[in-house]
Amino acid sequence: MLSAIYAGLFYFATAVFVVGLLYRIRLYARTPAPLKIPTTPAPVTQSGVVVRMAKEVVFFESLFKANKWTWLFGWVFHAALLLVVMRHLRYFTEPVWFWVRWVQPFGLYAGFAMVAGLTGLWIRRFAVERVRYISAPSDHLMLMLLIGIAATGLMMKYVAHTDILSLKAFVLGLMYFDPQPIPADPVLLVHLSLVLILMLIFPFSKLLHAPGVFFSPGRNQVDNPREKRYVSSWPTQLDAQQNKSGSD
Amino acid sequence: MADYEIPEISVPIEIPTLKRGAMQHSSPFPAAAVHQEALGFPGELVDDWHDKAIDKFGELLGRSRALQVYMDSCVKCGACTDKCHYFLGTGDPKNMPVARQDLMRKVYRRYFTWAGKIVPWLVGAKDLTKEVLDDWYTYFHQCSQCRRCSVYCPYGIDTAEVSMAARDIMDHIGKGQKYCNEIIGKVHKIGNNLGLPEPALINTLEGLEEDIEEETGVKVRLPVNEKGADILLVTPSADFFAEPHVDGLIGYAKVFHQAGASWTVSSYASEAANFAMFIGSYEQMQQVAERIRKAAEDLGVKRIIFGECGHAWRVAYNFMNTLAGPFDFLDQNYPIPQHICEYTNDLIEKGELTLDKSANDHMTLTFHDSCNVARGSRMGDSPGGQFTIPRAIIKACCNNFYDMAEDTIKEATFCCGGGGGLLTDDLMEIRAKGASPRMQALQEAVEAHGVTHMAAICAICKSQFAKVMPAYGFDMDNIVSLHQLVSNAIVLDGQISNDDATSNED
Repeated sequence: MLSAIYAGLFYFATAVFVVGLLYRIRLYARTPAPLKIPTTPAPVTQSGVVVRMAKEVVFFESLFKANKWTWLFGWVFHAALLLVVMRHLRYFTEPVWFWVRWVQPFGLYAGFAMVAGLTGLWIRRFAVERVRYISAPSDHLMLMLLIGIAATGLMMKYVAHTDILSLKAFVLGLMYFDPQPIPADPVLLVHLSLVLILMLIFPFSKLLHAPGVFFSPGRNQVDNPREKRYVSSWPTQLDAQQNKSGSD
Repeated sequence: MADYEIPEISVPIEIPTLKRGAMQHSSPFPAAAVHQEALGFPGELVDDWHDKAIDKFGELLGRSRALQVYMDSCVKCGACTDKCHYFLGTGDPKNMPVARQDLMRKVYRRYFTWAGKIVPWLVGAKDLTKEVLDDWYTYFHQCSQCRRCSVYCPYGIDTAEVSMAARDIMDHIGKGQKYCNEIIGKVHKIGNNLGLPEPALINTLEGLEEDIEEETGVKVRLPVNEKGADILLVTPSADFFAEPHVDGLIGYAKVFHQAGASWTVSSYASEAANFAMFIGSYEQMQQVAERIRKAAEDLGVKRIIFGECGHAWRVAYNFMNTLAGPFDFLDQNYPIPQHICEYTNDLIEKGELTLDKSANDHMTLTFHDSCNVARGSRMGDSPGGQFTIPRAIIKACCNNFYDMAEDTIKEATFCCGGGGGLLTDDLMEIRAKGASPRMQALQEAVEAHGVTHMAAICAICKSQFAKVMPAYGFDMDNIVSLHQLVSNAIVLDGQISNDDATSNED
């Protein structure tokens, strides 16, 4: 029964996550950017833009310019999250990919780094008056959720071991539509439930910054308006209408 | 100056503690019905303003990827909170960029997201009430759209785009701003922001020709509507008689003269400024830009050069080709459009100008990067040309030049406090307070290097500084046009003597 509920929830959450995110990405991609608005100095070539975006996404360059503490906590959290997610791939692969094995030991420390980064970010929400002012309840809850996920994950490693082999069987069972029982370990169930919540709210919350950053015109546009006339869809239609009606 | 306190100058700049509601009382005069209707907007707040506003908001979300992505992506990290000059000058938390955006984002969430529809209290979603609308009017007119915050945002969220959208929505429900909308109407009707008609323009420029001849003994022309000229100069109308703008215009004229260029201004497009950008109206901006295209076609020019104006250069450089292009009737061997600084710098690099730096020895200069040039455009071929080219010109014309602190110039430059359609007397308090970060940086340069004058390449910056600098203990003529420095230094063929030429500068 428990296994069936969790299996159902995982299929549902995955569907919401994937469809919701794809819908959002499609919306961003289809909404026209009528004018050239790169924040300058900006790259003058497409490959330059790739470099700019890479620096933004990998190193959080703008945030680094803005505030070293926020950058430190934010970057540590995201980098740690990446390692942790990579480490978790071992529950989804059989045999486990070689590079996932390599990541393995780092993934463990990353769990702690993740909590540290998130805690730092949360402290800022209370300690810095300006950040406190702009924080909504959801901003605090989001950090609680992520800390909860990290903390329960670490608990299963260091406090109350869970039956990891059965868990992997359950996960692989989900992937290959071959239902297996889920270990009825309370810490594991809390951990998985929090991840389910994260997946469900992802496409409807500020977590959309993840796809959003790639679509930000201020960052992803090439600075070449004089060299190449820039046109996008609706202004062209607007021009066409105006020409038809004969007005300007 | 008025019944408010000018922020005390401290070096380094201090981040103020929050003073809730500190600028709640500051909002601009509303546009009269006649100014609204001239632009096709409702004359006064329409009865169903709420529904109309939400409809327009939805339309803009569909029209602008930037707005859609910016509304979704903010994580409230706080990176921008101490970056706005209006926040630094007032401490009003709604002048923190993220809080300013949130005036709009909370409405976005309420009407356009599931979370905001189902659990508004959780995600900070709010109904669009009259109170919220008033906050929009107040605080979206305390944003100069300078983009400084966007430099520091990890997602590049640009509050300028948000404030433009908010103003566009407000215009469409009959809640426009007098200053911008009246001015745009004048451009449509007469051709420039000041409402200066052709005869007055011709008269003014003839007067300047006489002044130059008196000063230098050289007959330098400032032609108007000269068909068949090679170059159309489009410059902010303030250049025609405001101080120190006009000294810059004289500088352009001398450069053209010395280069032997055939040029003209147009009375039909006697304005570089395009205030329609400030109100976020694509259609209005296009109409204004098309005047320039028409003038260029009618006069049969080969090139278009823009004078010193910040947002005008952003519109010209980034948008004009989209709005009114393609400009295939112009000479494709030159950048379209070209900035006067690019033009002058090319001549300097080719050694075609004789410059006597000592003519500016009575000044020690610094340079104020205007926000729209710094963060919204480029000069030259490579990124950052908008920083190096003006400085190269100054250094070619002056012996004494020092930059202000690195975190207050170039892409980190502080707005003068008067940009984005705020350069109006009814917003004097926010203008004066918003200038404080720049004034602090200038004060630092004064103390460290003995700087006496600050050069700028933007009509709004020049007007703003001339007005607010006295409040900070400077003289109104401590702000100079960049081409004023060129004008001082340039040695014209047949000039009587440079000493005579500069003697009446001080």
